[in-house]
Amino acid sequence: MKENKVRFKEKLFEIVGVLCLLFVLTFLFSIILKLFLDGLHRIFDLKFYTSYPSRFPQEAGILSAWVDTIYVMIGAIFWSIFLGVPAGIYLEEFGGKGRLARIIEANITNLSAVPSIVYGLLALGIFVYRFKFGESILTAGLTLGLLMLPVIVVTTRESLRRIPRAIREGAYALGATNYELVFHHLLPYSIGGILTGVIIATSRAIGETAPLLTIGALTFIAFLPPPPWEDFIGMLKSPFTFLPIQIFNWVSRPQEAFHKNAAAAGFVLLVLCLILNSVSYYLRYKMRKKYQW
Amino acid sequence: MRIETKKKLDLIFKGFLVLTAFTSILVTIGIVIALLEDTIRFFNHPEGGGFPSSLIRFFTEKEWTPTFVTKKIGILPLLCGTFLIAGIAMCISVPLGLLIAVYLSEFASHRVKEAVKPWLDFLEAIPTVVYGYFALLGVTPLLQWFFRKFDIEVQGMNALSPGIVLGVMILPFTASLVEDSLRGVPHYLREASYSLGASKLKTAFGVVIPAAKSGIIAAYLLGASRAVGETMVVAVAAGMYPNLTLNPLEPVQTITGYIVQVALGDLPFLSFEYLSIFAAGFLLFLLSLFFNLMAIYVKSKVERY
Repeated sequence: MKENKVRFKEKLFEIVGVLCLLFVLTFLFSIILKLFLDGLHRIFDLKFYTSYPSRFPQEAGILSAWVDTIYVMIGAIFWSIFLGVPAGIYLEEFGGKGRLARIIEANITNLSAVPSIVYGLLALGIFVYRFKFGESILTAGLTLGLLMLPVIVVTTRESLRRIPRAIREGAYALGATNYELVFHHLLPYSIGGILTGVIIATSRAIGETAPLLTIGALTFIAFLPPPPWEDFIGMLKSPFTFLPIQIFNWVSRPQEAFHKNAAAAGFVLLVLCLILNSVSYYLRYKMRKKYQW
Repeated sequence: MRIETKKKLDLIFKGFLVLTAFTSILVTIGIVIALLEDTIRFFNHPEGGGFPSSLIRFFTEKEWTPTFVTKKIGILPLLCGTFLIAGIAMCISVPLGLLIAVYLSEFASHRVKEAVKPWLDFLEAIPTVVYGYFALLGVTPLLQWFFRKFDIEVQGMNALSPGIVLGVMILPFTASLVEDSLRGVPHYLREASYSLGASKLKTAFGVVIPAAKSGIIAAYLLGASRAVGETMVVAVAAGMYPNLTLNPLEPVQTITGYIVQVALGDLPFLSFEYLSIFAAGFLLFLLSLFFNLMAIYVKSKVERY
């Protein structure tokens, strides 16, 4: 008798657990569905991708938004790799248990939990007004790069940790210097893991709105930055918009027609994030198969 | 290559590594300097009433209107809005996160886990502005429809809808942290419990959860820190009106929402409005730092098995 009751309770709990999961997944799918249905006739409208924002919702598009997003993200990826990967290598390989390494480590843990809008205030106060970079693609890329930094450092360290010690000892025994060890062995073996981290960080950063909003991203921009092969500095200094900011601008307007644009642009962003996530999953799977120590 | 040049190259290489690692400290210093300096300027600004009185007004006044002609600088309405929404989010996120984590780590089969994990990860990767869109145009109409049955009017901007959405948004994050700490509980504890005749459910709630207590609390503290610092959902769906209320059906403004509102406008360098977002941001920074340090402290109390 009692045993039955226990069984029943367990089954009940399992059902509750599944229901909770279902609730969360329903939430996810209703977001996707809502965006898709709301933005339906703009998503498949080619003009939506090739026209500038406009006062008329039917003519408004995301051309400047997606082009600028690409420029900004290239900057962000560059900065986060340039600063994050060497920092990760230092902390994992050469920092040891020294005081400096410990301080940097605690600091990075803390940075990863700082609200993103605070990065925006940092960028506004330091990059825009003190360094005089202006409200430009350079500032935006740098800001998002710093935001991605903790993720890159952590994933770099994790993928280095997976490489067995014998590799390092073997390299040193053959007389390799530190940079030879890193460039000939550690980086090639860990590049998959690092790349996964970069992609995940990218998919997070591409949805960030708040930090770029505070540094003054424009919402109505009817020109593209000069192509970098013609005018690199001009490209860096060009004012910018960003896909999520365009969405925010359209959502906060009262007219319903603009909400449809927001939904369509949101769906595009969502698909982009889904693709990036799947790629990172695939890479991780591949890498796990390639190097089995 | 000669050995001397190699040694030199090695030194340069190591120096470069240390330098990049050091930039993270520079970032922290930059954040503190940027926020602190302008916060001090804010409290010294004549429009706020000069140093000692502005600080008193900051904590005692009940209105927040630095952008108006008559400037009131009481932070209370913003704090109230922030904690109201974060509180609603935690009400969703704590029970659901715990149930999902316990289910996934103790009950679910390997196949269910593998099938669900990518979707939870994806939920975490959805841009926050998309969540904001969904809160404003998906959840709010639903709530209005629901509450109309009880003759309760829900405004287009309210605290409840972004709170709920925020709760689901931080759920994958907290649930996976909770799951990690549940998995950290060694198996012999579970086996001891089973051998005493306890059921799976009893083991999960009577043994595993108490053993992972500090990890779970740390996870929720980190979740709370996220909920307090989240920006776009509240900026889109909670309204732009600093409101000293605990009624979740009214529009409120959070600290982050205020920063967005001001940043959208024209912002002359070192004007009172410009300085006020740094004061608000500094408070936000301290709040999230407080939650994070608490989480680290609680985690340091973790029992080692």
